[in-house]
Amino acid sequence: MMSKARALVCAAPVLLVLAVLLFAPLATMVFVSFVRRDPSGALQWGQFSAASYLEIFYERDFLTGRYQPNANYLNILNRSLIYGGATTAITLAVGFPAALWVAALPTRSKNVVLLLMTLPFWTNLLVRLYAIIYILRDGGPIDAALSYMLPGFRGLDLLYSPVATVIGLCYSNVLYMIMPIFVSLERIDRDMVEASSDLGANGWKTVIYVLLPLSAPGIVAGCILVFVPCLGSFIGPELLGGGKTMILGNLIEAQFGELRNWPLGAALSTVLLALLLLTYAVQRVINAKGVTL
Amino acid sequence: MIGDTIMGPRRSPDVPGARGVAGRAAKGSTASAIGVEWRAITKTFPGLREPALADVSLRVQAGEFFTILGPSGCGKSTLLRIAAGFEHQDTGSVLVDGSAVDRLPPHHRPINTVFQSYAIFPHLTVAQNVGYGPRMLGWSRPAIAARVHELLHLVKLDGLNDRHPAKLSGGQRQRVALARALASRPKVLLLDEPLSALDFKLRSEMRGELKRLQLELGTTFVFVTHDQHEALSMSDRVAVLRAGRIEQVGSASEIYDRPCSRFVADFIGETNLLAAQRVGGDKYRLSDSDILLVAEPLDSATEVFLAIRPERVILGGAETALLRARVTNTVYGGADRMIELALPGGQNLRARVDAGSEAGSQLQPGDETGVTLPQDAIRVLPP
Repeated sequence: MMSKARALVCAAPVLLVLAVLLFAPLATMVFVSFVRRDPSGALQWGQFSAASYLEIFYERDFLTGRYQPNANYLNILNRSLIYGGATTAITLAVGFPAALWVAALPTRSKNVVLLLMTLPFWTNLLVRLYAIIYILRDGGPIDAALSYMLPGFRGLDLLYSPVATVIGLCYSNVLYMIMPIFVSLERIDRDMVEASSDLGANGWKTVIYVLLPLSAPGIVAGCILVFVPCLGSFIGPELLGGGKTMILGNLIEAQFGELRNWPLGAALSTVLLALLLLTYAVQRVINAKGVTL
Repeated sequence: MIGDTIMGPRRSPDVPGARGVAGRAAKGSTASAIGVEWRAITKTFPGLREPALADVSLRVQAGEFFTILGPSGCGKSTLLRIAAGFEHQDTGSVLVDGSAVDRLPPHHRPINTVFQSYAIFPHLTVAQNVGYGPRMLGWSRPAIAARVHELLHLVKLDGLNDRHPAKLSGGQRQRVALARALASRPKVLLLDEPLSALDFKLRSEMRGELKRLQLELGTTFVFVTHDQHEALSMSDRVAVLRAGRIEQVGSASEIYDRPCSRFVADFIGETNLLAAQRVGGDKYRLSDSDILLVAEPLDSATEVFLAIRPERVILGGAETALLRARVTNTVYGGADRMIELALPGGQNLRARVDAGSEAGSQLQPGDETGVTLPQDAIRVLPP
């Protein structure tokens, strides 16, 4: 048995890294969110208020100085949740069959396919986003193909729309859905699949009644890995949505950037973090109940 | 040749393949119905030179408890997997109830399997596991519930319906696997070494259970094992498989008492194999001075092996016995004692004697003793 003191010494480097790189920045973020900001935008260190949190939900009337409900930021939050949810649903619908297909491949081709799937992610995100812009733009390959097939076709006008934003989010996140599902499918004993088909289940039934429930932990992990970054992403929505459809990531980025409202940005980040911790708690509950699905 | 392996060589006419089944089969109209048949199956796995199965033909009677016995890697599991539809044979055909099932996917074959790993679904309760087959086949809810109840009673797991597999003991999991495989009333039940994961005591208990179940249900059981005790204690008939080929098919006592090859004699039970030459008629020479008489000489070979079970060797009677041997070692085994002997020609012989008998209690290493090998206890085997 290791003594407590020794265990502490052994864990010290990890604790130090966590403290400096994780807890300190988070604490700073929460701290800044409570710092008072004077009307000119300058931070008054040492003075605190919860005004930034209030600002998320209310708007201060210039003339009366009273707070009135303001749904602007809530709308943005709402839109972020919808985009994130849509992206999660679409990547799940695409990712589960893909993971199933990869898991069923023979070992050698499996490794090749996994490599091919990760290959695009070795390229810079901006480059990949510009590639998508090229594909989606008016008169791009999609429009060209469609107008070739359907004479008189006017173009989808896809680019700079919510659809384009979600397409971009799906494209840049789908691998985070496939991987955890693939790993949990890989762990399922082959005998389970054979037993299911032996007992009279065809392929579909085996997927629904055996593979889907047994890979639930991977599915939940994949959903979180996709949903969470969606809420915070800002480059994709900025470029593909044409800056017209702001989501939480853009909003926060703007507070720290051109709007110079650090406390509001920090408060929004803190709310986002709280939301993410909530999804994590949901995952815990689902996993704990996972066996009884 | 194929007919010979199907029916088993030298099968005595009074044993119609399936002893335990004869009475039950007679009650039905089809006295000789075939449960499952492998017809000239060959299978070579890609990348391997030796075939896993080479022209294997077996015919299992309906309602029979049939065991495929062989060392690991002999192809016995492959035979089951081909019948279940998990593997495909290169040539040959599998028939259930007289009709070929080769083109049917596993979920359309009236065959269920008890897996070596049990393969119980961890996310389903005991009742859901047992009801899985009927549910997939579209039974009504009440019918499924009734069947689950019936089977859990049959395997003595009453009241465990809502238990999760993680909270079951090894023996209980085994019973769940058995109940699940039987639930949708398959015509044939395949059991792939189902007892190998259990401890010794549970294993012998389950042997009796399995046999009872099989007699009660009348389902055709095809049991695969490398354990000769399992094979001998439960089976109506046993097929001994070696390197993808059938060595012998017969009842347990036929296989034990009348092995047809050195492999079978050696693999099942303990046996003495003595090199000998035929010197004419029923006389075989062990060494210069020792000539033995056997009941059934073998015409096809002169250089042969004589097989005799240790418990059939008679010690004592130094004056009257044909052979004399020197005791090299004795090993106490509780009820009996194994006496290891050296014959004058240099060959070794083991004799199992009652621990309480004269030979068992008195013989010491170094002693000389008379040895009698009864004519009818000696099997002459080709080299």
